[in-house]
Amino acid sequence: MSTSFYGPLDPAPDAGWTDAPPRKGFFTDTSICIGCKACEVACKEWNAVPDDGFTLLGSSYDNTGALGASTWRHVAFIEQSPASDVLNRVGDSALTGDRNALGTDTTKVDLGMPSFDLPGMAVGADGRTDFRWLMASDVCKHCTHAGCLDVCPTGALFRTEFGTVVVQDDICNGCGYCVPACPFGVIDRRVGEKGVTKNEGIAQKCTLCYDRIGDGLTPACAKACPTTSIQFGDLDELRERAEQRVEAMHAQGISSARLYGEDPTDGVGGVGAFFLLLDEPEVYGLPPDPVVTTRDLPEMWRKAGLAALAMLAGAVAAFAGGGR
Amino acid sequence: MAECHPVGFQWVMEAKARGAKVIHIDPRFTRTSAHADQHVPIRAGSDIVFLGALIKYILDNEKYFREYVVAYTNAATLVGEDFQDVDEHDGLFSGYDPETGTYDTASWSYAGHADDGEKEESEHSQRERGAGHELGGRGANLESAEVQRDETLQHPQTVFQVLKRHYARYTPELVQEVCGVPPEAFLEVAEAVTSNSGRERTTAWVYSVGWTQHSVGVQYIRGAAIIQLLLGNMGRPGGGILALRGHASIQGSTDIPTLYNLLPGYLPMPKAGEHDDFEAYLDSVRNKDQKGFWTQADAYTVSLLKAWFGQAATAENGYGFDWLPRISGDHGTYRTVLDMLDDKVEGYFLLGQNPAVGSAQGKIQRLAMSHLKWLVVRDLNLIESATFWKDAPEIATGELRTEDIGTEVFFFPAAAHTEKEGTFTQTQRMLQWRHKAIEPEFDRRSELHFIFNLGRIAKQRLAGSTLERDRAIQAMTWDYPVEHGTEEPSGRAILREINGFHLTGERAGELLDGFTDMRADGSTSGGCWIYSGVYAGNVNRAERRTPLQESQWGWAWPMDRRVLYNRASADPQGRPWSERKALVWWDEEQGKWVGHDVPDFQLTKPPGYRPEPGSTGPDALAGDDPFIMQADGKGWLYAPTGLLDGPLPSHYEPHESPVKNALYGQQTNPTRMVYRRKENLSNPSAGEPGAEVFPYVFTTYRLTEHHTAGGMSRWLPYLAELQPEMFAEVSPELAAEQGLEHLGYATIVTARTAIEARVLVTDRMAPLRIGEKTVHQIGLPYHWGQGDQAYVTGDSANDLFVLSLDPNVFIQECKAASCDIQPGRRPTGPALLDYVEEYRRRAGITTETGNRLLTRDDP
Repeated sequence: MSTSFYGPLDPAPDAGWTDAPPRKGFFTDTSICIGCKACEVACKEWNAVPDDGFTLLGSSYDNTGALGASTWRHVAFIEQSPASDVLNRVGDSALTGDRNALGTDTTKVDLGMPSFDLPGMAVGADGRTDFRWLMASDVCKHCTHAGCLDVCPTGALFRTEFGTVVVQDDICNGCGYCVPACPFGVIDRRVGEKGVTKNEGIAQKCTLCYDRIGDGLTPACAKACPTTSIQFGDLDELRERAEQRVEAMHAQGISSARLYGEDPTDGVGGVGAFFLLLDEPEVYGLPPDPVVTTRDLPEMWRKAGLAALAMLAGAVAAFAGGGR
Repeated sequence: MAECHPVGFQWVMEAKARGAKVIHIDPRFTRTSAHADQHVPIRAGSDIVFLGALIKYILDNEKYFREYVVAYTNAATLVGEDFQDVDEHDGLFSGYDPETGTYDTASWSYAGHADDGEKEESEHSQRERGAGHELGGRGANLESAEVQRDETLQHPQTVFQVLKRHYARYTPELVQEVCGVPPEAFLEVAEAVTSNSGRERTTAWVYSVGWTQHSVGVQYIRGAAIIQLLLGNMGRPGGGILALRGHASIQGSTDIPTLYNLLPGYLPMPKAGEHDDFEAYLDSVRNKDQKGFWTQADAYTVSLLKAWFGQAATAENGYGFDWLPRISGDHGTYRTVLDMLDDKVEGYFLLGQNPAVGSAQGKIQRLAMSHLKWLVVRDLNLIESATFWKDAPEIATGELRTEDIGTEVFFFPAAAHTEKEGTFTQTQRMLQWRHKAIEPEFDRRSELHFIFNLGRIAKQRLAGSTLERDRAIQAMTWDYPVEHGTEEPSGRAILREINGFHLTGERAGELLDGFTDMRADGSTSGGCWIYSGVYAGNVNRAERRTPLQESQWGWAWPMDRRVLYNRASADPQGRPWSERKALVWWDEEQGKWVGHDVPDFQLTKPPGYRPEPGSTGPDALAGDDPFIMQADGKGWLYAPTGLLDGPLPSHYEPHESPVKNALYGQQTNPTRMVYRRKENLSNPSAGEPGAEVFPYVFTTYRLTEHHTAGGMSRWLPYLAELQPEMFAEVSPELAAEQGLEHLGYATIVTARTAIEARVLVTDRMAPLRIGEKTVHQIGLPYHWGQGDQAYVTGDSANDLFVLSLDPNVFIQECKAASCDIQPGRRPTGPALLDYVEEYRRRAGITTETGNRLLTRDDP
């Protein structure tokens, strides 16, 4: 059992594994993701994950929407224009008249947050040169402090010798406690038809291809990625590589490059699957400052324990006092 | 490239990581643009202006690689005085015949050559048999290797000066006016391309069907060829013009062709009246008076016939040449479909093709198939072309009734690529052996299995026939061994047959080392001369797979050369142009060409070699003639022959365009193929009455998530869910103009039909300023079709296109056309026909509309 809910540590030994191999993880370098979605497909093929519905979402080229029980890798597409660009172009574009007719408020200042406008509503024809189309393949973070695992009452979720977090679908009873426990909104119960849909009602997420890495293979998504945007390996080595990549990008003048989730002192103790992003995490739909939902559990238990003791003391006192 | 070739794009990403600058020129901002250093939005169908302006920029600013240009191209060659350029005739070159819609190309010849074209055959006949396809393996024939040259490039008749005059009007301002590209963006590209070319650096151009699928498609590529020759980017590492193919082994399917007009290795299919006997055929194929290796075509042809007919092919019977069928005209895919519609075709084989969705003019495709007696469909799934008789859109409109369709459809489940072995030939001409992962299950079989058994049964049935037409089948060798433990014919045995054997002499029974072993006397065989050597020494070289060692990975035709014409990577004296770009060079001590690639040159011919006057064939090639398959050994800036629509690329508007040609009174390619039929009506273009009814430009494309007409992707849930619905991409400006709502429906209309699509409003589509007006472009992927079998279905963008073809190779124009777009869903049932009819009435469309070849005011 985990002995700590917070702070840096090596999760596999912490969970009781002796002679655990080096912690494994993903480094997803979104700056070289070409949005081909081979990761999504390879993941589903290998893990026999069913389709997630045939719905056009209108969210750029993303039609799977988010990570969930039936989407363990998810590629986000963000169509983006720098705020300054919007402001500069307003007024001098012959085409903005049309845009105003659509009722778009062009005086808004872009804070880099995900747009709630229709894609493209904020830009004119002349400023397309600074247009960016960001793509990023998201996945379960395999947190050092995994809220899902902490709250699982059945032991279906467990920490592997590789430091990853895996659900055992034959043990999970579908209670769903893990779902709100994940600070990233990754794990979910599969919705479907009982008796038809595989693992209907069971909590599902990325296993970091536990079956593959146990045999010395690369996880399916990383294997399929044509541009090495998804890199698999020993976490220490990946972190080193990622630091170098960020430094190199900064040297090239790409100052927006930053790592996300690699820091062992963050709210989840650093994650096993971390990212290189080109903008704020919120832009990609990632929480800026994730904290393990069980961080305060020891404190809560302590307080609950104190409260219980106080109640007990009160009860004892009441009995003692009323012993006449 | 990132959209359609994500695996290949890893190398672009790697090049980028090493400092390469990536420029993406495309009507849309795609996944490729997302990783390009510069994206240049361009109006679909205007690229020749962009390329022509680059040529002018290179010439005006003296950015060309002068030594390379003088020594290795035909820049110094003089063009005959009879040649008249387009500016003299408002958009026509000299020699145009309005009656046939073709050029007499005699006046385009080099000075001193009466006619560099194939004198015996008219251009009309050349067009009928799509003779341009033969140029996939060699240059066009010349009357003789003797040419007049002025190496100062000053003579007004030099190709160099002709080029200068031809592109004088292609200015950056014209690029703005025609392409919608601002001069600054154009100049940024021009600066990047020219500064990255020369001795130390090379630039590559990569294209796909965005360049080819136009009524001037061949001339787009020619434009890039001129740029690359001027900049010295051919035959050198990191240079070239790279065609990305739409499927695995599309290159292979022209090398060993599935085209009606080619035999293997780009030998022409004989044509009745032109090639009536073997000698006439050989004489038309190779001209013994010119330079280069193509003069050996007789050896290649005889070896091919020996491979096909074995012992039955003898010198006495012309090696069975007379058994080959003759073509009698255009039998290209679109001609054949129209003939089907006219009940001239009884049966049709579809092997991995879904024309009901994937071919232009979908309605004609489906209606035509309903006229067949029988149809064989071999595919992974029950594609729309196999089920059209019950679920075609024409059933809904009442144009077809299932009970009236007499077509008998035979569906054969096909083995997937994982279930069969063989080679793929990719765009670098590289053959790569593909291993079988699993045996095909159930009734699935490979194409090899199907064709082999079809041939076997045909031979059985025709064994007793005395009809002359059956002699080819009777004589055909068809004795392929079966792979151990399976029913599959051995792909290796077939690859050996393609490689060819020595049939007589000391080495009888041994595999050829390469095509230079081939003889015209029947002593060798070989199924495709350019592939000869792939099995040399009885080693399947396509199977080699040593990572990171290019020379040990697969096998590239010809002779395992990775870069064609690589003699050009060294200077005329045989020294590398630079150490950085060294590829092959002359080693004086060894007395031969050496280097990192197999030299594409006679190995021991020194750089200073000068041919004896009057010599021909390979002997006529000088030591500094690197383009050894060209009739004069030079790279052709100017094509005196071989092309049917002009010796130099000139801008013509697409067959359907809301924009008037800014350069010439001649609006469109005057030699394009048009079909004046009621099923094939055209939108009026700018300058014609009714053009305003179709004010928008649309283009079609593929998405990463799907494969072509969807036969391999819409039936797979993991792919289908990633792009589940047909959509139209429009700019916010167009959305505002037409009241289109994001995720709402739009109806897109042409003179053919109307389709519906969900709307994606996106900044990735940009309106363009063309002259005084704004031109909006609409992006339509073409993966969906109407049927009841796939996970996801929808209207097909290909239904919107008219049939209008490039005259050289008969490719359809389906990357640029005009349309209207309206919010909301299209009418269904017979009301759809009324809806489209109303558009035709408004635009005054007849079978003549848009089909006038000559559109100059003063003919």
